[in-house]
Amino acid sequence: MEKEFAAMPITPAVDFDDLLLLLPHELIGLAIVVGMLSVAIGRNHFVSTVISTAGMFAAGVAAAVQLYELTMGAATTMVTALFVIDALSALFITLLTFSAIGIAIMSFAYFHKLDDARDEFQLLLSLATLGAITLVSSAHFITVVIGLEMLSMALYGMIAYPVHSGAWAANSLESAIKYLTLSAVASATMLFGMALIFAATGTLVFLEIAVSTGPLFYIGLLMLFVGAAFKLSLVPFHLWTPDVYQGGPLPAVAFLATLGKVAVAVFVIRLFSQPQIGEVVAVSTVVALVAMASILAGNLLALRQTNLKRLLAYSSIAHMGYLLIAVLSISVPSVSGGNATSSLALESALFYLLVYSLLSLGAFGCAILVSSSEAEAAGVEDYRGLFWRSPWLASALLVMVLGLAGIPLTAGFIAKFQVLFVAVSGSQWALVGALVIGSAIGLFYYLRVVYQMLMPVIETKEAFALREIGLESLGLPLVLAVLTIVVLWLGVYPEPLFTLITAASSF
Amino acid sequence: MTLLWILLLLFFGGVLAWLSEIFDSRFPRWIALLSVVATFIPLLQLYGSFDAQRESLWIIEFSRSWIPSLGINFMLAIDGLSLLLVGLTSFLGIIAVGAAWVEIRDRAGFFYFNLLWTLAGVVGVFTAIDLFLFFFFWEVMLIPMYFIIAIWGHENKRYAATKFFLYTQFTGMLLLVSLLCLVYFFTIQYGYLSFAYEDLLRLEVGGKLEMWLMLGFFIAFATKLPSVPFHSWLPDAHSQAPTAGSVLLAGVLLKTGAYGLIRFTLPLFPESSAQFTPVALTLAVISILYCAKVALAQSDIKRLIAYTSVSHMGFVLLGIYAWNLIGLQGAMMTMLAHGLSAAALFSLAGGLQGRLHTRDMRRMGGLWALVPRMAVVALFFSVAALGMPGLGNFVGEFLSLLGVFSVSIWAAALAALGMIVASVYSLWVMQAVFQGAQNPEEDQALLSDLDARELALYGLMMMGLILLGLFPNAFLDVSAIALEHLSSASDAFVAVRGRL
Repeated sequence: MEKEFAAMPITPAVDFDDLLLLLPHELIGLAIVVGMLSVAIGRNHFVSTVISTAGMFAAGVAAAVQLYELTMGAATTMVTALFVIDALSALFITLLTFSAIGIAIMSFAYFHKLDDARDEFQLLLSLATLGAITLVSSAHFITVVIGLEMLSMALYGMIAYPVHSGAWAANSLESAIKYLTLSAVASATMLFGMALIFAATGTLVFLEIAVSTGPLFYIGLLMLFVGAAFKLSLVPFHLWTPDVYQGGPLPAVAFLATLGKVAVAVFVIRLFSQPQIGEVVAVSTVVALVAMASILAGNLLALRQTNLKRLLAYSSIAHMGYLLIAVLSISVPSVSGGNATSSLALESALFYLLVYSLLSLGAFGCAILVSSSEAEAAGVEDYRGLFWRSPWLASALLVMVLGLAGIPLTAGFIAKFQVLFVAVSGSQWALVGALVIGSAIGLFYYLRVVYQMLMPVIETKEAFALREIGLESLGLPLVLAVLTIVVLWLGVYPEPLFTLITAASSF
Repeated sequence: MTLLWILLLLFFGGVLAWLSEIFDSRFPRWIALLSVVATFIPLLQLYGSFDAQRESLWIIEFSRSWIPSLGINFMLAIDGLSLLLVGLTSFLGIIAVGAAWVEIRDRAGFFYFNLLWTLAGVVGVFTAIDLFLFFFFWEVMLIPMYFIIAIWGHENKRYAATKFFLYTQFTGMLLLVSLLCLVYFFTIQYGYLSFAYEDLLRLEVGGKLEMWLMLGFFIAFATKLPSVPFHSWLPDAHSQAPTAGSVLLAGVLLKTGAYGLIRFTLPLFPESSAQFTPVALTLAVISILYCAKVALAQSDIKRLIAYTSVSHMGFVLLGIYAWNLIGLQGAMMTMLAHGLSAAALFSLAGGLQGRLHTRDMRRMGGLWALVPRMAVVALFFSVAALGMPGLGNFVGEFLSLLGVFSVSIWAAALAALGMIVASVYSLWVMQAVFQGAQNPEEDQALLSDLDARELALYGLMMMGLILLGLFPNAFLDVSAIALEHLSSASDAFVAVRGRL
């Protein structure tokens, strides 16, 4: 073992350039400190929202500049052995920070009338974002653990947030405890897996794992995957998802469904694009089975849901299954033997992830627009006649739902198309079959939501009150409009994003 | 550019129609009418300048780079076959707007938006020669059609709309999988990604695999056509859709299935299509006879017409799988003639429903005395549908039978029986609705006969059918080069079928 330890790179001291590369992380960290101090001085929901949003915005801009430099030919850099700043991390830091800004704006409106302290939610949100961007830029298992824990810890708080509110009816505490328990189990499993991999390979820098044989390594890898599968709510580790979605406040759930999953998925994609890992047959068989089970079970279970949050929970299970199809093909040697397939798989996985996060963020955003911390529009029938009462909001929700169903003119179609192409190219017929059947079943429940929106309003029944667009929620329609336009734009002309992703996937 | 203009006109016309509702509820229909008429004019121009002797296959082409990293281009092109079908689409677009003119008062802006977008999708399907673009339009036309049925449909609209959407979407996924396999093999063989029709034509897959891929295409198109056993969405969708929706469904959407078979399935998979011919012909004969028989058992007049549609589309399938010039010309003529006659019959059924508030034929009877003009019009189109010489349907069905006769005498003989059943149900409907005793329980004294708008619409369609029947060469000449090219290009097809 001594020799293997010696093989570890000796970490040089951190210099100014390294600090500059970690600017996004530092900016968010700074915003959190400033936010805490400002809460200590005086509570003001607006001020704390502005502070956290400003931090994330600055981080997003910094990451976008990094992304620009990296696509222009700047080299990928390891910042100590812990972080890697490449086009992939820069792209996703940009995406995650801007999504987090969207959620911050949503939660400002959502919690505006909460009869309890409101400021800390924004702090937790920044903290969770910091965890998420740490995860996507991690090169070392330690960073993964830190990022994941930072993300999860903040999320427990976010899910349980309205627990002392008198008006809050749903079981947010139950949700938070469920998430805490299962998340802790997942983290423990992952840690064990990391320990086994360390025992087998002698390194914790997972980007540098060179040799990969032996049962210890395989078991470690499987445990790592199981832990990630918990976080991504893949079948059979999905049981917490619908309950947590249903009980938590919408902004927290939106965060969990988008940033929480995207960050973990990027880690999984990084892991599986290591050739020595992706080619392990035992692991890829398990992953394929999990993907199929997730697609079929997620879609089937979503069929009977009448609660929109539960429906989105099950649909997210299925979507993570679709994503796994692409992830699986990243390193599986193809019939043609070329690298072309695997780079296409990687690109389509990243594209799918991006599109999925935009779509679910949009769907939750629409739900938030008609909800607040006192009353959530959770039932599918609450959306009855929305198309006639509020055509713009309904159009946005329509685009998101059709996008999740993979209908053309939305980015969801391009994403599904690519995943299908990857599966066909890899001759993964069982997965192709699951995808085809899954998306046919999926249509059925997405159409139910669409149909509810198109139904005429029942005059006798008290319609769910539409939010009056007051000062506190001015930003919300703006966020939704941006998301809708982006989703439609990517559905009709995805080429610019493809170019960006091609650059990002050459890490 | 002309093709792009037609598409943009329909897409933006739709958006404009929707937005114009803010100002006046009558604006949308006028904008819709103007847009569809405006699409018809360049088509007439193309038709007028059509040169039967020209060298190139495509009359006009339009190509722009779209998603180069996946080898996808925005390629539109039109040949004689597409020209006629786009012409039919545009013509029936005018009819559909006319049919909706007074029927749709509720949320008219959104209705015309959906109407125009459906038309745009169909025009896209008929003109796209990049298979990704084709599939894109293939899916795009479904959503507005779903809205038309789901919002403005009748009592059982939710079931019908969902069934329509699921059937076409699921089989569309099969089409997509087959298409992607095809592109993948092309990439392996030729070393670059391409979805272009003319590139993929060069690919020879062969063997069992080709059969599977062909089936993916066939099932998608046979569902849209529809052919037994994939037809069960159609009677529901038709009977529940508003009149304009039925006109579009029967007149145009069904033709996209036939077009897909002619343009893609047989040329791309000649060998397996040839092997598949006996099955396809059997399905066609079953569609013709079985659905004609089922039609006789209907009491809902729209369901009845829907089943006769399936029966008539059987002749199209028959003509296509004859895969010779005569058969294909027959299929094409049947598409045009059936497009007009079915659209007219559905409009009549819609008109009856609007007046009587029922589609149940048992509650009708003796209407000739009350609405004589309507009765005469109905007689005209019933007679057209049963295949009266001198009208378009006769030419189409006759040519289909003639074409298939050289391939399979049995199929031709059995299918010809369908024409007898067609006369039975056509005349039976006339008798049940317009003749006999008036239903004493219904208060029908105040029925209004056809007004000028309706007469103009039916007059247009009558003229079309007479034109098709008396001067078929005006249409056959246009499609001849395209169909000749398609049917003669696939030597493999002929070779394999020679061995059967």
